[in-house]
Amino acid sequence: MADAEMKVLDEVAISIRKMNKWYGAFHVLRDIDLTVNRGERIVICGPSGSGKSTLIRCINALEEHQKGTIEVDGITLSSDIKNIDRIRREVGMCFQHFNLFPHLTILENCTLAPIWVRKTPKREAEQTAMHFLEKVKIPDQAHKYPGQLSGGQQQRVAIARSLCMKPRIMLFDEPTSALDPEMIKEVLDTMIELAEEGMTMLCVTHEMGFARQVANRVIFMDEGQIVEQNEPEEFFNNPRSERTKLFLSQILGH
Amino acid sequence: MSDTHAQSVAFVRDTAIPAAPPPARQRGAIRWMRENLFSTWVNALLTIAALVAIFFILRGILPWLFNGVWTTPSLTACREVLQGKVGGCFSVLTERWNQLLFGFEYPRDQYWRPATAFVLLFAAAAPVMFFNLPRRLLIITALYPFVAYYLIWGGTVLTPIVALLGFVAGYLAYAGLVRSSFATGFFAGIAAAALTWWIGGMIVSAIAPARPWLVHVPSRELGGFMLNMILGVTCLCLSIPLGVLLALGRQSRMPLIKGMSVVFIEFIRGVPLITLLFVANVVLAYFLPPGTSFDLILRVIIMITIFAAAYIAEVVRGGLAALPKGQYEAGDSLGLDYAQAMRLIILPQALKISIPGIVNIAVGLFKDTTLVSVISMFDLIGMIRGPILAASEWKGIYWELFGFAALLFFVVCYGISQYSQWLERQLSTGHR
Repeated sequence: MADAEMKVLDEVAISIRKMNKWYGAFHVLRDIDLTVNRGERIVICGPSGSGKSTLIRCINALEEHQKGTIEVDGITLSSDIKNIDRIRREVGMCFQHFNLFPHLTILENCTLAPIWVRKTPKREAEQTAMHFLEKVKIPDQAHKYPGQLSGGQQQRVAIARSLCMKPRIMLFDEPTSALDPEMIKEVLDTMIELAEEGMTMLCVTHEMGFARQVANRVIFMDEGQIVEQNEPEEFFNNPRSERTKLFLSQILGH
Repeated sequence: MSDTHAQSVAFVRDTAIPAAPPPARQRGAIRWMRENLFSTWVNALLTIAALVAIFFILRGILPWLFNGVWTTPSLTACREVLQGKVGGCFSVLTERWNQLLFGFEYPRDQYWRPATAFVLLFAAAAPVMFFNLPRRLLIITALYPFVAYYLIWGGTVLTPIVALLGFVAGYLAYAGLVRSSFATGFFAGIAAAALTWWIGGMIVSAIAPARPWLVHVPSRELGGFMLNMILGVTCLCLSIPLGVLLALGRQSRMPLIKGMSVVFIEFIRGVPLITLLFVANVVLAYFLPPGTSFDLILRVIIMITIFAAAYIAEVVRGGLAALPKGQYEAGDSLGLDYAQAMRLIILPQALKISIPGIVNIAVGLFKDTTLVSVISMFDLIGMIRGPILAASEWKGIYWELFGFAALLFFVVCYGISQYSQWLERQLSTGHR
């Protein structure tokens, strides 16, 4: 693994201060404080319902937070739609269920946002798209429709689609949870490659092997709070809180 | 070796079995009939019963059709020719052909004008219906309403030109100002268009020639199937975009827009179309300042359009609701704004899901145009029930006339239905 390339810079990419979110009266995220430097690879884990997905969905304003501040790339997230769009252009996101556009070909999926949001000329957007499709190793599927691809291939297309916007930060919301075991590896390999190139990444995932190999920080969440965060070695070998120990024993136990 | 079991004993084939045709009972038409028509004795009975029914229906219809008389000037003359034999008096169709198509007041020497407009309709519809045609052809579609108006209504050519200029001015104002904000562009566009029409209207009425190239035909002189086509095509083209906007409005997060859409849809859907037509015919006149003439056809078009739009809105809303939330989120996370996400991602999928429902409404709308006969407009049905059946020559002839009306409507509606099925096949990417 190219450790030398996976450098963490001093520059702050995301800074979250005292962020709180409620669904109605239900307090989903409580006093979240998190600073992510450029080049960091952060894995967020925790039991279901702990708010980990909600946390990263707040970062690109798919979910609205009610209290506290989120600053992405120096832009403070507010309810101003122009502000939100500026942040979304810099932040790529991959979903558990891929969310490719089924009525467009793979290539069109990848060129849509660059053409309409970045106003890239079509030819150039297609070249970029092919470049990233080659990177995720499915250039030969460019003219198929998403429904004709396997789950793993679809998720790699989704990654390529995000990369076509040349984001500076990538968010992954359980990217492998909906995949068959043999397809998980191909997606993780793509993500590892991305990490090696120095992309700032936040991953909600239960792939602990991936966390050990790629993450420079693992965050454990429970009941809407960050319970523990540490470097992967320490986190896995020497968890401090009882809650973390229990969680790890459950997911690593077999 | 022929009785050796390949399963139980080691076996090697040394001669190839030549390919043979299947047994006669398993081939071609015989097989098809055995499988589909006579597979069980119940099926066989039903097949025979159906054949008998078809035989009797055809025995009734075919002589009527082929013995038909096409050339007599009146029903009595036709009955004399037939001398008690079974046969249709189709001469009412030939004799009143122009009335059935154009109404009884449209100037006879001007029939070529609506006919041309009808032919041009295909050229205008093609680029919209078949999207693999070059996009540049859409300019024909954009110009068609003005050309068709000029052809059918006639009068000075300046009227449609001013109308067109109004749209152009509105678009230019919108395009120039939309960068600052959508609302500014939108209202500036409307203002520019209205201003152009106002000034243009004054200029036109001042300099309009007394004898234009095409004689002006007032709306009340339009009739026949032409009127059904005008109403059907116009209302359909207007109600689909309006319906989509209403559906989006109903989903809006802005309470005012949402509320207005809901009230509009629920109110219009809750009222019979015939009531709206009576409102268009009679009541609207009370609200207009005396002396203003607000064309009756225009009023009817507005009513049918909003009626159909309310239904289309609900169908499209179903399509929107069927899309997974992930599609909206994917669009958002890529930084597409609302208009882009709707136009590029949400609506193409939602409308595809809604095609059967929209076609249902389109077909219904087209047939509902015959309701205008109730408010004494002479569309195809109005012509038949009014001037033709009231004429002494043709009193008492029903099957031929209403059969012809049914045939015309069937051809159009079946065409719409076939097109929609083709469209669905075209748009299916196999998987959702």
